[in-house]
Amino acid sequence: MTIAVDIQKTVSAAGRRFTLQARFTSSSQRVVIYGASGAGKSMLLKALAGLLTPDQGRIVLGGQALYDSAQGINLPPQQRQLAYLFQDYALFPHLNVRQNIAFGLQRGWRNPSATAAQEALRYWLQALELEPVAELLPHQLSGGQRQRVALARALAPAPRALLLDEPFAALDPALRQRMRAQLDALQRQLAIPMLLITHDNEDVQAFGEHRLCMEQGRLIDSGSVEGGHETRRTD
Amino acid sequence: MLANLLAEPAWTALGLSLKVACWATLIDLVLGVGFGYLLARKRFPGRELLDAVLTLPMVMPPTVLGYYLLVLIGRHGPLGAWLQQHFGIQLIFTWQAAVIAAAVVAFPLVLKGARAAFEAVDTQLEQAAYVLGLSPWAVFLRVTLPLAWRGVLGGTLLAFARSMGEFGATLMVAGSIAGKTQTLSIAVYEAVQAGQDDTANLLVIITSLVCIIVLVSANRLTPNRNPQV
Repeated sequence: MTIAVDIQKTVSAAGRRFTLQARFTSSSQRVVIYGASGAGKSMLLKALAGLLTPDQGRIVLGGQALYDSAQGINLPPQQRQLAYLFQDYALFPHLNVRQNIAFGLQRGWRNPSATAAQEALRYWLQALELEPVAELLPHQLSGGQRQRVALARALAPAPRALLLDEPFAALDPALRQRMRAQLDALQRQLAIPMLLITHDNEDVQAFGEHRLCMEQGRLIDSGSVEGGHETRRTD
Repeated sequence: MLANLLAEPAWTALGLSLKVACWATLIDLVLGVGFGYLLARKRFPGRELLDAVLTLPMVMPPTVLGYYLLVLIGRHGPLGAWLQQHFGIQLIFTWQAAVIAAAVVAFPLVLKGARAAFEAVDTQLEQAAYVLGLSPWAVFLRVTLPLAWRGVLGGTLLAFARSMGEFGATLMVAGSIAGKTQTLSIAVYEAVQAGQDDTANLLVIITSLVCIIVLVSANRLTPNRNPQV
């Protein structure tokens, strides 16, 4: 699946202006965007997910325009079929593990029942070894368990691509290694395209098949645009 | 003695007060959740002004509010005249007028509670729900409201207690017609004026008990016991 991004967005808060400018194309299954905190990585990820509307430009995923200012296209996040892993996981605190994972599987105005057990839910509980904690609430889980629940919840509705915002930043170093290995295996198994943003060089080493660097809101990939800044890094 | 007690018009007043307070609270709950969510989540010009205007009934003398209501729904008021002309409805000096008075006076309590409760809900949780494919209504009903309901309910119970005790504005728009618009608090005033100490005592005790029950419930429901933090 190819993703093509060319967007611009300026925000001003408390008298400061920040401009996000991102232009890149990738057919890689594993894209890593690397940059210091405050470089605008999260903003870019939110724009891809439809949680933030750029001022202009276009986002095309697998031939489908998710956003195109020239054509007036702006799909709401509900229709983009993307998975988003938030940095602190954003698990629903009032729902148990079962309900959290089944959340996106059930549309409508009611939450999944505390004893929900549809096929996809059972699969993900087993795949990420969450069966023993299925009835617990998020605040009763360890950091690693929380992340696995967040992954299961994001992947259960069978999204087209997986967006990850600093997925390991909230974990302690020992756990980080294990979770990296797990995500690595999971991505290969599902063959789902993923785009990961991070400021951790080890994430780049582990997942950076296509590496992009973001600095002060700018991400211009030399591979896709002539005369752009050098952004491929191999360090 | 007991027969006397049960025959007291005090029970009629209590029934009327409960009826008025229930309706006023229901109206406040619906409007309070709507406006509370609007003020907590939407950015629009005049947002804080709207909040101030809606909070006014909390600080203004009830008699001033009563006067405004009289001007609005009275026989010659714009709303009152319109209702009279088109539907033959006359609001003034009915129990429905008492409901309106109580709803206006108690509204800020629901609004403040609801706004604070909605603001305390992490917007990232709502974003996560959008990305998972839920419509805005579903997100509100499945994420926002369940996480905010304690705060909303706490404010609502306070509004109920405030409605039970409403006096000034109610007297001005609904009057004091025994068995029809004479609520508990107005009955107390009438009893004292008429020198009926027994009746006054009973009314005062009933009112205090109802308010204590409501306040204890409100305390048990307001946040601070949230397990999710």
